[in-house]
Amino acid sequence: MSDEQRSGSSPDDQHDQPADEAGSSVPSARGQAAEVIGVRKGMFGTDSGGGDTSGYGGLIRTVSLPGAASRPYGGRDGVFDEIADELEGALEEQGLLPADAIEKTVVDRGEITFHIAREHLVQVARTLRDDPALRFELCTGVSGVHFLGDKGRELHAVYHLRSLTHGRLIRLEVSAPDSDPHVPSLVEVYPTNDWHERETYDFFGLIFDGHPALTRIMMPDDWQGFPQRKDYPLGGIAVEYKGAQIPSPDQRRSYS
Amino acid sequence: MTTPHATPRATTEGTVYTVTGGDWDEVVETAAKSDDERIIVNMGPQHPSTHGVLRLILEIEGETVTEARCGIGYLHTGIEKNLEFRNWTQGTTFVTRMDYLTSFFNETAYCRAVETLLGIEDDIPDRANIIRVLLMELNRLSSHLVCIATGGMELGATTIMIYGFRDRELILDAYELITGLRMNHAYIRPGGLAQDLPPGAVDHLRELLKTLRKNLPEYDKLATGNPIFKARMQDVGYLDLAGCMALGATGPILRSAGLPHDLRKTDPYCGYETYDFDIPTAETCDAYGRFLIRLEEMRQSLRIVEQCLDRLEPGPVMVGDKKIAWPAQLALGPDGLGNSLDHIKNIMGTSMEALIHHFKLVTEGFRVPPGQAYAAVESPKGELGVHVVSDGGTRPYRVHFRDPSFTNLQSMAAMCEGGQVADVIVAVASIDPVMGGVDR
Repeated sequence: MSDEQRSGSSPDDQHDQPADEAGSSVPSARGQAAEVIGVRKGMFGTDSGGGDTSGYGGLIRTVSLPGAASRPYGGRDGVFDEIADELEGALEEQGLLPADAIEKTVVDRGEITFHIAREHLVQVARTLRDDPALRFELCTGVSGVHFLGDKGRELHAVYHLRSLTHGRLIRLEVSAPDSDPHVPSLVEVYPTNDWHERETYDFFGLIFDGHPALTRIMMPDDWQGFPQRKDYPLGGIAVEYKGAQIPSPDQRRSYS
Repeated sequence: MTTPHATPRATTEGTVYTVTGGDWDEVVETAAKSDDERIIVNMGPQHPSTHGVLRLILEIEGETVTEARCGIGYLHTGIEKNLEFRNWTQGTTFVTRMDYLTSFFNETAYCRAVETLLGIEDDIPDRANIIRVLLMELNRLSSHLVCIATGGMELGATTIMIYGFRDRELILDAYELITGLRMNHAYIRPGGLAQDLPPGAVDHLRELLKTLRKNLPEYDKLATGNPIFKARMQDVGYLDLAGCMALGATGPILRSAGLPHDLRKTDPYCGYETYDFDIPTAETCDAYGRFLIRLEEMRQSLRIVEQCLDRLEPGPVMVGDKKIAWPAQLALGPDGLGNSLDHIKNIMGTSMEALIHHFKLVTEGFRVPPGQAYAAVESPKGELGVHVVSDGGTRPYRVHFRDPSFTNLQSMAAMCEGGQVADVIVAVASIDPVMGGVDR
């Protein structure tokens, strides 16, 4: 991480949201306000009731991810600005307003993330792949993330694109609500995403529209539910060890 | 639940469903009508030449494969989900079991992602980074040895199998000396390493290098010029550069198409930019080229290990930040490996604060600021990427592994269709998939 980014996440850059004062582990956000993805109550993973005798039961903390960055984005030798300029320019050439396609840009820990409106994802990806100044030829697949608390955009699909020509790495992120879990498929742009999208569908129930054969890949075909969603239990049974009952991992105390 | 294929029936034990295949008559009828020569063969999931529980579904006409598909998921163990219920340090214990032949790569990739989230990637002590590189390169050797050994066995070349496992065994002995385990090490931890090299490790490794240098040319002598071996490998499993890029294939497959892409050079980590080594490539795009690349990579790995041994200087192997570094120093006692007596003496007899600190860090773990990070390493199979999301807690919010075996296995169809059935085995062996990594 360069000095520039380090100073970007230093405490004096903290913005003054009341939520941040309550939580000690809330990050600093660059530029605008951080994105709140959830509220945590109590401690030790208990619902402020049974078992928690610590007095911390009433604790309320917000969880927020790093927010949108403002120019300049930085990166090594200002490479993030270069990528953003090229992408915006190329989109404009195609008659697409960059502000419509790119919801926000986050720069955090030396990595740049473009949040893309899902209806424009394919066009943006194609531009990133084909534009000679961008040339992100390699997609390393898609990773789903389920933010239960991020109302209206619970399901996120995260793509990492690597440019072998220019030696760069960026991240695209699209989101869809739980009620309408549809994201356009990138298989026609990056055929490698075939299995990756099947995997994300299998585990998160994200439906990739336009995928040639969106079926389960890891779980049995007749499996009910999507196992890696946050509201899907881990399962497991308590085991007895030397006379004591050891609860299953998802029933144990958590300290987050 | 009622479906045409599962009719319910009430019994004294409760409702019983009789599951039957619904459309079998239809399937049989269509199959009977079609060409006699068209056969669908299920290879696996339990088949010695499919590398674990990989199921290949081949449609063949005579000896020619017209369509090839993979069935995977037989070894899915839910590691990514399980990680969300353990603390960040415990994560290494899980990820080391993903692609069990490349444990140290999984651990390093995961730890580097966590370290990026913590913002401590520049604070990792040199010694820890050197030992990481050393172990990763030994791991590259042992992984390639398994690939060559099993690949040879599948061709009927049992000698090369015996040789490969013989040399891998020597490397596993070194692992055992260093980490205590032959596989599933959980040795690389966020912030550094679980413990330092034991006394005598460097001498042992130098001896090992000597032996390997003597043994490696044997593979060349056995296979490289062997006409049968060449006849089986050349022009088999063909995938050119355009195919590699489209299918996201990395590692030896991509380099056999002539592109010298290696993350150790293009996006260095753990100080790889300071080591002297070459990236071998081939122009043949086939299984034989991949075999030659693996052989050469093993030689290059030996070079890197040698440089690591020369560089090792005494020093810490964990970050200085006591809020992250594991408090205990491990030592070998009469009852096995555990917290060192000095440490126990300190926390139980001298310092109450040290005890509290130890207890908090071991039971709760450390907190990682919210955000996401992606870290990638060049595993023996290609780009191993880890996407980690934190919500600020002591446990990962989401960990996703982009396993190279998973991505590369997609190219199986492109390599096999139109070829002979016997060549499928060679093509799959040249992809070198490990199902523990594919299915996770």
